Amino acid sequence: MAGILFWKKKRDAEPEAVLEVEPVAPVPELVVEPELVIEPELVVEPELVAVELPKRSARKGIRSLFSRIKFDPQNLDELEDILIQADFGVDTSLSIVDEVKARAKQSGAETEGELKAILAAVIAENLERADKALNLSDGKLPYVFLVVGVNGVGKTTTIGKLANWLTEGDWSVVIGAADTFRAAAVDQVATWAQRAGATLVGPKTEGQDPASVAFESVEAAIKQDSDIVIIDTAGRLQNKTDLMIELDKIRRVIEKQAAISEVLLVLDATTGQNGLAQAKAFADVAKVTGVVLTKLDGTAKGGIVFSIQRELGIPVKLVGVGEGINDFAFFDAKEFASGLVS
Amino acid sequence: MFGNLSDRLVETFKNLRSKGKLSPADIDATLREIRRALLEADVALDVVKAFVTAVRDRALGDEVSKALNPAQQVVQIVNEELVAILGGEQRKLSFAKKPPTVIMLAGLQGSGKTTLAGKLAKWLKDQGQTPLLVAADLQRPNAVNQLQVVGDRVGVSVFAPEPGNGVGNPVKVSKDSIKHATQKMFSVVIVDTAGRLGVDEEMMQQAIDIRKAIDPDEVLFVIDSMVGQDAVNVAKAFEDGVGITGVVLTKLDGDARGGAALSVASVTGKPIIFASNGEGMDAFEPFYPDRMASRILDMGDVLTLIEQTQKNFDESEARAMAEKLAKDTFTLEDFMDQMQQLRKMGSLKSMLAMMPGAGQMRAQLDQFDEREIDRTEAIIRSMTPAERRQPKILNGSRRSRIAKGSGMTVTDVNSLVNRFEQAAKMMKTVAKGGVPQLPGMPNMPGMGSFGSGKGKAKDKGKKSKSGNPAKRAAEEAARLSGQKTGDAAPDAGGSAFGIGN
Repeated sequence: MAGILFWKKKRDAEPEAVLEVEPVAPVPELVVEPELVIEPELVVEPELVAVELPKRSARKGIRSLFSRIKFDPQNLDELEDILIQADFGVDTSLSIVDEVKARAKQSGAETEGELKAILAAVIAENLERADKALNLSDGKLPYVFLVVGVNGVGKTTTIGKLANWLTEGDWSVVIGAADTFRAAAVDQVATWAQRAGATLVGPKTEGQDPASVAFESVEAAIKQDSDIVIIDTAGRLQNKTDLMIELDKIRRVIEKQAAISEVLLVLDATTGQNGLAQAKAFADVAKVTGVVLTKLDGTAKGGIVFSIQRELGIPVKLVGVGEGINDFAFFDAKEFASGLVS
Repeated sequence: MFGNLSDRLVETFKNLRSKGKLSPADIDATLREIRRALLEADVALDVVKAFVTAVRDRALGDEVSKALNPAQQVVQIVNEELVAILGGEQRKLSFAKKPPTVIMLAGLQGSGKTTLAGKLAKWLKDQGQTPLLVAADLQRPNAVNQLQVVGDRVGVSVFAPEPGNGVGNPVKVSKDSIKHATQKMFSVVIVDTAGRLGVDEEMMQQAIDIRKAIDPDEVLFVIDSMVGQDAVNVAKAFEDGVGITGVVLTKLDGDARGGAALSVASVTGKPIIFASNGEGMDAFEPFYPDRMASRILDMGDVLTLIEQTQKNFDESEARAMAEKLAKDTFTLEDFMDQMQQLRKMGSLKSMLAMMPGAGQMRAQLDQFDEREIDRTEAIIRSMTPAERRQPKILNGSRRSRIAKGSGMTVTDVNSLVNRFEQAAKMMKTVAKGGVPQLPGMPNMPGMGSFGSGKGKAKDKGKKSKSGNPAKRAAEEAARLSGQKTGDAAPDAGGSAFGIGN
């Protein structure tokens, strides 16, 4: 399969021409779907082009559930323990095993291969979502991504990777450094911005209100005619009421200028059952649209995303598989599930 | 949701309360709930299994305690065992005989090493040490920079000869830092290393090399309290790889139950030395095994609460109160007496925090203003005895006098009087065996549901559970410890003025 198509502004050889371009433009080499051609009344709306972004795979990051304990087709109850150890949680593990048993009974499956296939199917079906792709296609530029999560999950690293991926596809990216709390967080994101070739909008004074940094980032993105602005926020534990209120404010302030395309909750794959509480709280306050599961290159399996998906209906959109700038991928439920049972 | 462990245990043992001796079936029923509670708290499965087996053996062999019912016996054993694992070898930081003492920090990415380095440095500095922070995380973008900022904030020197971001050799930096510290007479060296995965052999080798180069007195393994089942693998990888001497648990100010602490402690056998619990550089303290045990079980500090309640809640006073209520002579004076009774049990906030199930309402607890009670007292004390006995006579001019006298506003006085009236009405209902509607208390959003949500309807009648958590605990305590509570009477004596509502 080729890359994935997303919509961004067309940039001609003449750099300043973009805004002047007439709305209905000649179709470039890349395929433009007709329904996305801009409606005629919106005169200043820039031209859009479909771009292909490289598809990345997380396959190497997912470790098998059965790397330490062998799968025993005779003893499906043991599967429950194995799932619990992958952070699926007590109730979820039990319900998965029940489902596998029921399906096995129905189809008469009993070999290791057959049962594993059923397990993979149960996991994949529950994680598969039509809306798992990043929302980069509605043409409402600039796209605004807000990145949230508790401390130390890898928000900044994720932003660096995402920005680099977009700039590689020739997008113009603005990163808003709205983590004005943690020591040197702005410098950290600045380093990533530089690596990725993105524009950084940071606080003008130390400890500036993060919401105002977010506002200025969006403002700058609009002014510079950028395709996307990605806003980094400070890590916050979901039970800190004041910090969650601050996040709500950041979101509201951004929405004064532009619709938010994605609110990405970054979740560390090592996180246990508290991950669900995190997702609930952030979904409530920040209206999370997708989960980024990071650090899958470790031994953790990230089973908590299963409960998050099932209880809150939030799809996993991206996974992080290392510290390198290319170490991330789009989440693919089938790939994830087959990696787990392999 | 299934409620917390204590709720479930009460359910499991509903029919066994009178039995003194534990049968294997009783024990297994209890242990099933305990297993579940531990797993939900993210204790690693293998650790849970071993733990449950150990508890079972002990419970079967233990002497039967007459004072406790079967559930409590098992819980007590569980608690003791938990504390034993968490703090069996509780110890303080060890210092080198000849300075500098060298402390190396190691852990996964994002576990909080750099922040912890700052907190540890500040803590040491406050104790008269002269710490030096060493920037040996040359991997993560701007980790060096971050450590410098942290060092600035806490007023501690930072040794950072390399810019980081992939430039420089962390082993050399660590080695040089010891020379530097010796020359400049620093008493403690704290080496902040890069986050690494247990499975990353190259990085683990680097950690081993750093350890060899600096020969640390402590290698502290820093782990996030939100980590799930993988804690065992990670801890084992670090223990087998770099080798650790102690553990630091971070982000304990979150609402994770922190089962990882138990996993790490049992897998490595190394003591947890510190707990880090907040954003501020002071949010750092020695680790308390008993608190952690309660947190993992989400039991609240039930045992302490039982003791305190028994000591302080004078039964005869409670009875007198009940009589008053029945006769409809409950006055503002009684209202205040009650408040003081509760006060005797200690700070309300800490009382509430000890309650089973408090895990779910920690956020609300944080917002509860203890001074609300002081204010209420001030208002009542500004009333004449006649007014206290007969709140009906409080007219506008009296109210405005009281407001001035107590430094509050007339609105505050009005709202207190309203609350009192509601409470009096409610207590009358309780005294007659009914189920009250709980009046809300200002500044405590959401607490109403805590009081009224649980087991209201089904506990109607003879077992009447008070809507007030503190009171309910007192009842629970009385019941658990085998005291015969007389019908609804002591209940009615419970505080109904809405604290905790």
